[in-house]
Amino acid sequence: MGPHAHNGHVPSSVAPTARGRVLVVDDDAALAEMLGIVLRREGYEPAFVADGARALATFQQVRPDLVLLDLMLPGRNGLQICGDIRAQSSVPIIMLTAKGDTIDVVQGLEAGADDYVTKPFKPVELVARVRSQLRRGETGQAETLGIGDLTIDVPAHQVSRDGQPIALTPLEFDLLVALARKPRQVFTRELLLEQVWGYRHAADTRLVNVHVQRLRAKVERDPERPEVVLTVRGVGYKAGPA
Amino acid sequence: MTVRARLRRWSAAGWHAWRSSLQLRIGAITMLVAGVVVVVVSVVLFRQISDQLLEVKRDAAIDQAQAGVAYAQSQVAGIVTGDAASVRSTLARTVRELQSRNGEAGNFDTVLVYRTGDTARPAQSRPNLYPNLPGELVAAVDAGTQVYQYDTLPDGASGRVPTLLVGAPVPIDGQGGEQVDLYYAFPLDQEQETLSLVRSTVAISGIALTLFVVGIGVLVTRLVVDPVRRAAQGAQRLAEGQLEERLAVNGEDDLARLATSFNAMADSLQKQITQLEGLSQLQQRFTSDVSHELRTPLTTVQMAAEVLHESRADFDPHVARSAELLYAEVNRFEVMLSELLEISRYDAGAAELEAEPTDLVPLVRGVASDLTSLAERLGCRLEVRTPDRPVIADVDARRVQRVLRNLVGNAVEHGAGHPVELTLAANRDAAAVTVRDHGIGLTPQEADRVFDRFWRADPARVRTVGGSGLGLSISLEDARLHGGWLQVWGQPEQGAQFRLTLPLTAGEELTASPLPLRPVVVRRPGRGR
Repeated sequence: MGPHAHNGHVPSSVAPTARGRVLVVDDDAALAEMLGIVLRREGYEPAFVADGARALATFQQVRPDLVLLDLMLPGRNGLQICGDIRAQSSVPIIMLTAKGDTIDVVQGLEAGADDYVTKPFKPVELVARVRSQLRRGETGQAETLGIGDLTIDVPAHQVSRDGQPIALTPLEFDLLVALARKPRQVFTRELLLEQVWGYRHAADTRLVNVHVQRLRAKVERDPERPEVVLTVRGVGYKAGPA
Repeated sequence: MTVRARLRRWSAAGWHAWRSSLQLRIGAITMLVAGVVVVVVSVVLFRQISDQLLEVKRDAAIDQAQAGVAYAQSQVAGIVTGDAASVRSTLARTVRELQSRNGEAGNFDTVLVYRTGDTARPAQSRPNLYPNLPGELVAAVDAGTQVYQYDTLPDGASGRVPTLLVGAPVPIDGQGGEQVDLYYAFPLDQEQETLSLVRSTVAISGIALTLFVVGIGVLVTRLVVDPVRRAAQGAQRLAEGQLEERLAVNGEDDLARLATSFNAMADSLQKQITQLEGLSQLQQRFTSDVSHELRTPLTTVQMAAEVLHESRADFDPHVARSAELLYAEVNRFEVMLSELLEISRYDAGAAELEAEPTDLVPLVRGVASDLTSLAERLGCRLEVRTPDRPVIADVDARRVQRVLRNLVGNAVEHGAGHPVELTLAANRDAAAVTVRDHGIGLTPQEADRVFDRFWRADPARVRTVGGSGLGLSISLEDARLHGGWLQVWGQPEQGAQFRLTLPLTAGEELTASPLPLRPVVVRRPGRGR
């Protein structure tokens, strides 16, 4: 029995306290099924789509809390699907990539993916990534932060400049909040990976680089001369003075 | 600069030009040979012409002199020797008469001398001619012989003119030692003019001929050398990688054949290189395809193995053990696969350096802390020494971490429980990290081979860290990609030291490392035999 049998249904075996709905976009039936087993075991509710061309329709139908997206798909490639989803929703996207090659990873991140896992990955690794992305926005205490000339309303997930709201994905929001909460600290990329992405051990610092670029493109007046997220040469990043 | 130094420089430059320019060489040689030939021919020609000219003149002069002698003899035969006035008038009349006869020998002057004892009475067609006649000529004629001689005589004005002189005694029936001599003076100014005209004509045409021959030499050389130069430039551009470079083929001569074979060579080179590039792309595609195609099922297998592994408590002992083995070996397989793919990415030239300014101090400390648990498990202490200040270098942090993790992992594994020292140091241009262990060490032969693929110092050694045998090969490639060095020192029973040296600025060439490769060997207490 293939994974498609579960498509769109909430199997009765899953507890009603499901921790979240995960859409698996992968054309490899065995891997998709295995991902389903692992996710279900961890209490997530998986949904599947194998055809890239049908990915967006299924996404709209399922309304998942997170997307696991294989980059190489028949029909429509992962990068395009990533862009399609990002255009509609700020749902966390984790890429499954078969290549450690720079270009694919960076392109995926630039297309809007929040994180990636490289095949072959271990179930623990995958679950840690999924959990980390879904945990986003849970820590909402009533506080207002300032960074550069921006104002952050943390519980409302609102960033604004001069009263004009700026739309950010949850990951970009968390990145900005992490910097704004400790305006005097210089964050190494490793520290940001740990605080924002939830990596315990050293991981790919390109994640940080690409997302800082994406964040700057949205929040800086001139991304070439950043005033909100400053680079500290050889070390990492810090918040611009409020 | 002294004159001598300047001369030396010029002569060096000249020697260089001589050696490097075929055209100059051929031009100079042609000039030399043509010049010598022209000079020899000119000299011979000139000599021939002047000899001929003078011979004709001399023959005519002698003929005229003989005719003159006959005439003079008839005139002075009845000269009254005692009567001075009669002698003078006879001589003067005869000279006038002789002077009026034109011969083939051109202009001339005549002197008729009547001598008695020591007194000579000349009658001459030009004043002061007789006193200027050369003494040996006069002496020879006095002695009764007919002679000719070349000499230069005053021409009456300021200059002196080369002159052919002919003198002959006029036989008379003298009783009292009287003697009559006849002299002719043929000025050679016309002949001289002719000869100087001939001389300048020969010289000018000689120079022109030489220049013409040199010009032809240079032109011919150029016709040959230019295509050769073009071919050389073409070959150079081809060598620089411009595979589309071809030569123009004109006509069907040897040079055209040169161009044709050059182009054929370029065609075949281009074809082979394109083919190789195709193969290389195929290799990269293959790598990438294997990467995808193999990794997807491997991911499924690995996940399944892990699920089984986590549930092994529920299985029969032998099934549980099988699950453990499956899990461990799948993980090992995964490590090997990713290392193989990494090295093949290097082989395909697809590895890219993503260098950015990075502080190496936290990087080195991070690697050490990541490996502390492994070190503790093997009963080995990690000692880390770093500078107090940041060491900022343009590096690909991921690759440098991988190299250091590999080196420290190896050192811990082969360190036989002795401390492993990790040292970072930097100077103005470079940073270096050494990883020193005090294990069983390496022989020089082993040290030469540690970076070889799949090489193991001791195949029977117990393996704890695992790995494919490609770790150090990949590390070496990582170091090279940075323009850095990865080197090893080893001594049996003294341990080993690996040194990674990286330029602080990406692309700078390394000249020296801040740390010595060869450590100062301190015998540890409790070691040795």
